[in-house]
Amino acid sequence: MTAEFAVELQDVVKRFITPEGNALNAVDHVTMQIKNGEFFSMLGSSGCGKTTSLRMIAGFEWPTEGEVYIEGKAMGHTPPFQRKVNTVFQSYALFQHLTVFQNIAFGLEMEGAQKDEIEKRVKHVLEMVQLTGMERRKPKQLSGGQQQRIAVARALVKVPDVLLLDEPLGALDLKLRKDMQLELKALQQQLGITFVYVTHDQEEAMTMSDRIAVMSKGKVQQMGTPVEIYERPANRFVADFIGDSNFFEGRIKSLSKNEAVVFIPDLKAEVTGIPVSQGLVTGEEITVSIRPEKVLISEKPMNQNTFRGRVTNTVYIGTDTHVYVDLMGKRVKVFEQNRISRLDPGSFYTVGQDVTLVMMPENVLVLKKE
Amino acid sequence: MNPHRRHPFIFSSAMLVYVFLYAPIVVLILFSFNASRANVTFEGFVPSFSDKVVMDGSLVLSSPCGPFHWFCELAKDKDVAEAAGNTLTIAIISTLVSSVIGTMAALSLQRYEFKLKPFSQLSLYIPIVIPEIVMGIGILTLFSQLFGVINSSLGLTGDSRLSMGLGTVIVSHIAFSVPFVTLVVQARLQGFDKSYEEAAMDLGANEWTTFRRVTLPMILPGVLSGALLAFTLSLDDFVITFFTNGPGSTTLPIYVYGLLRRIITPQVNALSTVWILTVFSVVLILQWLQNREAKQH
Amino acid sequence: MLKRLRENKSAQGTLLASPTMLWMIGLLIIPLLLTLVVSFGQRSPDGDVIYSFSLDNYIRLFGYSTDCDNGQASCFDPLYLQILWRSLTLAFNTTVFVILLAYPLAYFIARAHPLRRNTFLFLVLIPLWTNFVIRVYAWMMLLRTQGVINLMLGWLAGLFNIPFTPLEMLYTPGAVLVGMVYEFLPFMILPIYTSLEKIDNSLYEAAADLGANGLKTFARVTLPLSMPGVVAGTILVFIPVMGTFIVSDILGGRQVILVGNLIQRQFLDARDPTFGSAASLILMILTLIVTYFYTRKFGFGEEIVVA
Repeated sequence: MTAEFAVELQDVVKRFITPEGNALNAVDHVTMQIKNGEFFSMLGSSGCGKTTSLRMIAGFEWPTEGEVYIEGKAMGHTPPFQRKVNTVFQSYALFQHLTVFQNIAFGLEMEGAQKDEIEKRVKHVLEMVQLTGMERRKPKQLSGGQQQRIAVARALVKVPDVLLLDEPLGALDLKLRKDMQLELKALQQQLGITFVYVTHDQEEAMTMSDRIAVMSKGKVQQMGTPVEIYERPANRFVADFIGDSNFFEGRIKSLSKNEAVVFIPDLKAEVTGIPVSQGLVTGEEITVSIRPEKVLISEKPMNQNTFRGRVTNTVYIGTDTHVYVDLMGKRVKVFEQNRISRLDPGSFYTVGQDVTLVMMPENVLVLKKE
Repeated sequence: MNPHRRHPFIFSSAMLVYVFLYAPIVVLILFSFNASRANVTFEGFVPSFSDKVVMDGSLVLSSPCGPFHWFCELAKDKDVAEAAGNTLTIAIISTLVSSVIGTMAALSLQRYEFKLKPFSQLSLYIPIVIPEIVMGIGILTLFSQLFGVINSSLGLTGDSRLSMGLGTVIVSHIAFSVPFVTLVVQARLQGFDKSYEEAAMDLGANEWTTFRRVTLPMILPGVLSGALLAFTLSLDDFVITFFTNGPGSTTLPIYVYGLLRRIITPQVNALSTVWILTVFSVVLILQWLQNREAKQH
Repeated sequence: MLKRLRENKSAQGTLLASPTMLWMIGLLIIPLLLTLVVSFGQRSPDGDVIYSFSLDNYIRLFGYSTDCDNGQASCFDPLYLQILWRSLTLAFNTTVFVILLAYPLAYFIARAHPLRRNTFLFLVLIPLWTNFVIRVYAWMMLLRTQGVINLMLGWLAGLFNIPFTPLEMLYTPGAVLVGMVYEFLPFMILPIYTSLEKIDNSLYEAAADLGANGLKTFARVTLPLSMPGVVAGTILVFIPVMGTFIVSDILGGRQVILVGNLIQRQFLDARDPTFGSAASLILMILTLIVTYFYTRKFGFGEEIVVA
């Protein structure tokens, strides 16, 4: 690969006119660079612009503004059949009137490949997805999972520079989906092809991806590795969308070197020692967040960041217990891992029980208000 | 509550309607064996075979074909053969043309927005909501005025004059078939998932190849339905053909109508019987083919 | 150039639709406009059109006549209005009878065993596929004075020793009505069947569960849900009946003249294309008006697209 990035979007805008006549930016000034050989996901709920972005890479839509680059080449208005990318569709889009073999061979025929080569390559890719022997079947005769793998095979047989996957596992049931996630990830690592994956399922994205772009309302909210996204969400949206968070409105009371003291009016208390990066001003209104699994319920007295509250509800999940605590009228979620096996209900938290919550400063996040 | 329960009232009225539908046809077929040439009452079957036709007044006593006398007469009738040939020619040509341009129109209406789209859609609805005769005399007027102008300005006379004939009939049949083809194909296109075409393009097929190898095979059932409809409409058409035909372009319906206004012999019945049995057999064959294909899945 | 076409979606659409558009313009729009123009013209001595702007034809249609009995210059001749009215009432009556006959049969087929439904449907379709003209002729054979029906009635009367004179059925308005009903019956059966067939069986079960008996279920569930089919069928029947001339020609003889016959005669025997065009236009407008108000109230029944 000679280009720096496999795929690049530069300040891409896709504008649609709604039936009422308004202009809507489905993709709103998106810039992203996707590295060669990485498993890159675009994550967000419906309408966030992830699918539209994918389609612009594939060539089914053209950007209203900005440019799409594949292997360093600007795509402009290049039609899909002239791009070296291939797509796995959400509905699989297997040609119903063709056999499995003919479906997979289709792309090779378009390249002008000879019969023997086609046969060889189709067989090879069927082995890769573990569906050897299905050549003569029609798509209708296959199960959902099998169809999905044929769709992947059909796209991969052309050895594209980039493989685009549009929520390919959405139609599968849970167990199958989990199996396919592992299979797809293994396939990507084995082949070394850049995968661009679109999904609304955060667990899926977190499991499979090298990097994730979290999107909402046409904009990229944050791009980074799963760890970065989870532990250092860039804004409230990401903190809320990925996993669970507790949020408090606050005001920066004081800043020193890399630490801040934030005053939280609702709790009538301060949180101290929060590690922060630059870009914050004393007196600034910000949002404080802490993930439920990082809130400690402790009886040991600690100096910093302890709060007294009352348990309002507990939910036993199995691996964890979710404890809902009322802190000065604010509901705080706490996830405590059930490390000790116990059956006695009295040993769990009970409703009405008074507890002490501790927020370790390194677990507290300061998020700028939008 | 058994949904398939037979309510006696429904059953008997349904059967009565079937009787109503078929009684005339049965009578028609029966009379095609009528020994009486006048064909007013049924005088029985032609009793015997003989070398020549022997008549007694209006009764056929014996004939080389026996009871099938009138069918033989039919076979010898050159006018019928010509009319049948015309009918088929017109139907085939108009079906081919209207299927192609109708499918194109359906694709354009279903997938594109363009300035003349409302006009197109409207003009396709009009033939369906106006009586056929209005369209028929309109076309007649157009051609007669047009040909009149062309003939006189080019000085054409005699055989080289432009006049109504096979061409005008075919062109008119296409005109009333196209809206139906378009409607049927459009209905089929409505559920069509565009991702198949996108997949084809994604795999390297350009627009024409995508259409040829993916879209067309998938809409083919709809196109064939439309074609079948066009074929049926053309085969059966009377009104429009009536106003647009000329010498040498008679079709079977027009021919039968002509006969009805002159002498009515059982030969007309024989023609009707042949027509009915042909249709019946074609339908049976199509059904059988359809069942065979269904079984393969 | 191909590239520019690829980018211009609207040009692609226009291109695809153009052959059809040309055909419709040439063989529908222009003929209709020409009919309009000709209707304002006058008849030339050799049966051709003199293009002018005259309302003579329309005035004549609505009753103005110069051919008066008592030597008046002009009087009111309702002849043409009567023809229009006759066509309207015939179309209406035909539609009503067709619905009455079609509904039970459609209902029967819709509730029949799924495997047998196709057979029943084909039995309905086969008469449709035999020729229009032939079917009318068949009724001629039945209704004649010495036709089959009279023969059978005579035979029955003979059994009971009742004196019997053959009924004059042919060449009456009744014969035309019967002929029309026969011709267009399948066009109503199919749409009604389609809409009935779409009714999920679970709706009947739900109605029964809620306490409705057979009749109530029919009135409150089946009938309303089958209305789109009835509407579609009505349009398929009413419009052609308004324009048909062959049924009245063969079964009604000179006794029953409908608008279709009038127009046909103008273009053939009387050779007055201007008057015929005017009549044709009035027919079209009348049909469109009735259809418009009908669909305004009842919808198009578009849900039923019969293949």
